[in-house]
Amino acid sequence: MVKNTLILLLTLGIGLIMYDVYEDFKFQESLPLLGDYYARNAASETGSANLVTAVVVTYRGFDTLGEVSILFLTASIISFMFKYKEEHATKKEYRPASELLISSTQVFTPIMLIVGIYIFANGHLSPGGGFQGGAVIASAFLLMLLANPGMHLSHKIISRVESISGIGFVLAGVAGLVYAGGFLDNTVLSKGEFGHLLSAGLIPIIYIFIGLKVGAELSNIVSTMSHLPKENN
Amino acid sequence: MFVIIAIVLGIISLIGGVIALFHKKLVVAILAAGLVSLTASIIFLLLAAPDVAMTEAAIGSGLTTVIFLYVLNKIREKNG
Repeated sequence: MVKNTLILLLTLGIGLIMYDVYEDFKFQESLPLLGDYYARNAASETGSANLVTAVVVTYRGFDTLGEVSILFLTASIISFMFKYKEEHATKKEYRPASELLISSTQVFTPIMLIVGIYIFANGHLSPGGGFQGGAVIASAFLLMLLANPGMHLSHKIISRVESISGIGFVLAGVAGLVYAGGFLDNTVLSKGEFGHLLSAGLIPIIYIFIGLKVGAELSNIVSTMSHLPKENN
Repeated sequence: MFVIIAIVLGIISLIGGVIALFHKKLVVAILAAGLVSLTASIIFLLLAAPDVAMTEAAIGSGLTTVIFLYVLNKIREKNG
């Protein structure tokens, strides 16, 4: 009874707060100060056709570095907690996947990998970027794991790709610090012609690093979760 | 037109959320949670945020759902 009363009071309180927010809400006719600055100057300052990418990689590049490190931390904690033990490999027998899944995997995996690479290489021109492309690449590996349940992704390759792209990202940031205006400034390389593949200075290179890093980390998470070790209790 | 599509997607998303919370079979609940992500990604696309929509579709309805299914499989192995 007391519990139900408390729940009712809590719901009413949250409802009151939400009603207050609803009452005060006004649709904004103009952009706020910072958004206005980005909308006016981002294209000419960074040379990137995609405004979101310009903000994510240059103006808020340091935050992106933080996000990538959080993802790295998550992936390493998952690998550490669910450590795969070799002796289970021989014991565990998997039910084979259906013929339909195997055939469609053979058709779709190369296409998905290419789409993922396209998404992060064109991050400065079209919607998408490192995180989205990396997630698509990880989905391709997930499909492969579903079709051949016994398959193992090589941890050596994953860790090499992950660490090289992480170091590359930080080095690109430091290059901005040394040769241009500040950390992760993309004008180290020339801005190029607006709207072309080789434009926007360092942005495509940084996004390729982020894409490879995110793809490797998410693939590692999926691969670890698909080979969860047997618990002995 | 946009409003109608958005309202239909919102209703589907709400139904999915209720199923995810209250359905007795966990597999159905996990799939319903994936459906919520899928409708959310379509709504993001309609609201002119394709970047967010891509992330939501790939991670929210793809990877997360399958990881939940792996873990559910593991729990069943242990209990049964």
